[in-house]
Amino acid sequence: MREMISELSAKLHSGEMSSVELTKEYIKAIEEANPRINAYVHTTFDYALEGAEIADKLLKQGNASALCGIPMALKDNICTDGLLTTCCSKILDGFKPYYDAAVWEKLKAQGAVLLGKANMDEFAMGSTSESSCYGAPLNPRNLDHVTGGSSGGSAAAVCANMAAYALGSDTGGSVRQPASFCGIVGLKPTYGAVSRYGLIAYGSSLDQIGPLTYSVKDAAVVFDAIKGVDRRDQTSKAFDYSSILKSLNQDIKGKRIGVAEEFFEGIDPDMKTQIYEGIKLFEKNGAEIVNIKLPALKLALPVYYIIACAEASSNLGRYDGIRYGYRTDSYDSIDDMIYKTRSKGFGDEVKRRIMLGTYVLSSGYYDAYYKKAIVIREEINREFNDIFEKCDVLIAPTAPNTAFSLNFKGASPVEMYLSDICTVPINIAGIPSISVPCGKDAKGLPIGMQIIGKKFDEATILNMAYFYEQNSEDKVGIYEGGVRI
Amino acid sequence: MRYEVVCGIETHIELATNTKIFCNCTTAFGGDPNTHCCPVCTGQPGSLPILNKKVVEYAVRAGLAVHCKINNISHMDRKNYVYPDLPKAYQISQYDEPICEHGYIDLDSGKRIGITRIHIEEDAGKLVHENGYTYVDYNRGGVPLIEIVSEPDISSPEEAKEYAEKLQLIMRYVGISDCKMQEGSMRCDVNVSLREAGTKEFGTRTETKNINSLNFIQKAMYAEIERQTDILEAGGTIVQETMRYDDVSDSVSPMREKENSDDYRYFPDPDIIRFEISQDKVEEIQGSLPELPFDKLERYITELQLPEGTAKQLFKYRRITEFFEEALAEGASIKNASNLITGTIYASMSTEEDKELFKVLISAKQFAALVKLLDEKKINVKMAQGTLQQMLESGKSAEEFIKAEDMEGISEADLTKLCEEAIAANPKAVEDVKAGKDKAINSMFGYIMKQTKGKADVKQAEAIIRELISKLS
Repeated sequence: MREMISELSAKLHSGEMSSVELTKEYIKAIEEANPRINAYVHTTFDYALEGAEIADKLLKQGNASALCGIPMALKDNICTDGLLTTCCSKILDGFKPYYDAAVWEKLKAQGAVLLGKANMDEFAMGSTSESSCYGAPLNPRNLDHVTGGSSGGSAAAVCANMAAYALGSDTGGSVRQPASFCGIVGLKPTYGAVSRYGLIAYGSSLDQIGPLTYSVKDAAVVFDAIKGVDRRDQTSKAFDYSSILKSLNQDIKGKRIGVAEEFFEGIDPDMKTQIYEGIKLFEKNGAEIVNIKLPALKLALPVYYIIACAEASSNLGRYDGIRYGYRTDSYDSIDDMIYKTRSKGFGDEVKRRIMLGTYVLSSGYYDAYYKKAIVIREEINREFNDIFEKCDVLIAPTAPNTAFSLNFKGASPVEMYLSDICTVPINIAGIPSISVPCGKDAKGLPIGMQIIGKKFDEATILNMAYFYEQNSEDKVGIYEGGVRI
Repeated sequence: MRYEVVCGIETHIELATNTKIFCNCTTAFGGDPNTHCCPVCTGQPGSLPILNKKVVEYAVRAGLAVHCKINNISHMDRKNYVYPDLPKAYQISQYDEPICEHGYIDLDSGKRIGITRIHIEEDAGKLVHENGYTYVDYNRGGVPLIEIVSEPDISSPEEAKEYAEKLQLIMRYVGISDCKMQEGSMRCDVNVSLREAGTKEFGTRTETKNINSLNFIQKAMYAEIERQTDILEAGGTIVQETMRYDDVSDSVSPMREKENSDDYRYFPDPDIIRFEISQDKVEEIQGSLPELPFDKLERYITELQLPEGTAKQLFKYRRITEFFEEALAEGASIKNASNLITGTIYASMSTEEDKELFKVLISAKQFAALVKLLDEKKINVKMAQGTLQQMLESGKSAEEFIKAEDMEGISEADLTKLCEEAIAANPKAVEDVKAGKDKAINSMFGYIMKQTKGKADVKQAEAIIRELISKLS
């Protein structure tokens, strides 16, 4: 494990190397490894070098931020002014937004260097990143396996030292699950902690942008940089966070850790062992374990797929070939053009979710599906609220399994959806959660442990994760390749 | 068979806010295509709406003006449908929690037309067909609208027109919109069905959409009633469909629509948080409402004792009533002030719009000063009118046009002397008057007016002349 951001930042601030030099190293690493790993779908090397030059000036002036001059990646659903942003979908072929997402605006202002846009499941719909129109990224830990998804490219880029950190988006686990599959750290902040302005929507009431990093400290640095209310996103909240980085002290004494058996049902026995060992480490060091019940958990999955698909079916209605992106070549009327554009432009998984969402919102079915899902969502929220009366955090696996092998044929869409069981309840409740590496399974694939907290209490989950990271044996290790500085 | 008409009207009104409902783009009418646009109102991927507070306030204002109950908590919904002028493929509107409910408008007959609800929504862009191509202009996209839905309480084309006219007047009065039907800032959809007189059940209705003048509401409804009557008389059934009114042929015909039935898949917009309008805010808005037009009309007739005709000429135009009332507050008399406004000032304003905008160069205070000269009989009506005319053209005060000696009244003795001279100079006219030819008296006024440079009070002069003539005999 390396404190990648602080190490690189120290070198840049001391003048040991320039951002331009560092950026060139990353570019070299990407050129070497990306053809194999497919983490990036659009590289922005010229833009990166321009950004590095600006960063070097800021560094020379002094007072530069911790992220100044550090090369990074953005998931391909985060808008960047004048740079391709395609959600890895054919329907957004060639789309260059004319504005920056709020997160990129913030990072850019702090001197961040953008290496490129990272691969992902089409419109962030998937758990393997295989629904990308550019083909799946490969898991750097084992190229026969997927990175997880949907922020698979972001996870692969960080894991393979092709970016010092990356941003992903997490609607039902899309930051945490690929982080766990690739053996890195992934943070899903509280809904409303980070502006969604410029994040191309999938499930608007669930989507949240979060960092994928080497270490917990790195995650704290990036979260500190991107959090905060934004007047362009009404769902963002003005929460008065102090610096999370400064609050990391590994003090976990007396912290109450909730453990719900429901999270461990049907998971791989190796994983269960590793995560329980992790929980014991906390217990040995003064934390208190509270056994709790989460009966609504089994309802989280259907609730998630109803709400996310309903919102997606509406959010994705705008891709009609009229204003931007792909348009079919031949058509005989406007209706025909829209029909053909959407038929050819969207992949199967996206179509499946649009149809599901359209169905659950249709008159005659609305009450039985969407309305009921909203009611159960409230119930799930209540259960989490009750739990957080008794506990400070919850610990659970990030996923019921480690990385799938590529083209895992056994899985029907529904089986694939089931693999999201550990992460989706967190998005439904809008609470924060972090995935940290927690050993490996028998095949040597990384396991992720999820630490879940109260709304706007990122400080506690990051501190717990930091303790774990610093005090557990690093069984996953860092990837041998990419940038070595 | 005798049929009874059942009609409800949905009215879309564009709110006169400076910026759009979810972004900071201007709502100005016109402009080159797609110049009043941004990522939000063109539905660019990743953009998010921010609800304009002013829109909520205006909607509450509209609701209070027609006696609605205001829902303190409300939210926005998405209405999903595909059309090129709708860049997100959904319109942000309100479905099950409209901001205002249960209001009414009273017709002159005393009949009350219920208002079911008023909700907030965004307008769509506009398709432009040119040279065989179709273009989309999103300038209008995101302009705030309210939709005012009436109860099906309207029973005739005359009532429909009166309802719309009153609604237009009230909404203009409270300042939420200019309600220009020809420019589309107010548009009506008229729902009409027929049922056998005396029965309770509603017949199948049609909706004639986007009617853009008050007269067309009445005409379209007549045409639709006739069409439906013919069908029913011939034993046919009415199809529930959307109609279009063509004013050239004065007829209604079905609009060509897609075959699929409408299922808008409404659901709460997750991008816009539920919003609250506190009771304090509602009361503040209530307190800021001007006196409503029909209350004002009532007051002008009963309290100010204005003739009904004059009151009706005045009350429609809020700016004019303000000018009038300010002049009264400055001490002008009701009668002279109202007559000068409906006479001289109205003569200078040729269109309804001019009266609506009421752009005059003089202040109510300047106007009142002139009226007071007339009230105190320092000048006569004719001079007041002429002076007002000059004031309106120049923006200058009355003193600029009326010399001091003009204002010196003509003493009764002087006037009597002039009258005697007039009688002496017009023996024939005197004879005629004596013979009962009353109009002959006019020929004597010319002399008096000439001698007094128009200052003489004609009525006073007439009285004196009559008395002198009567003494002659």
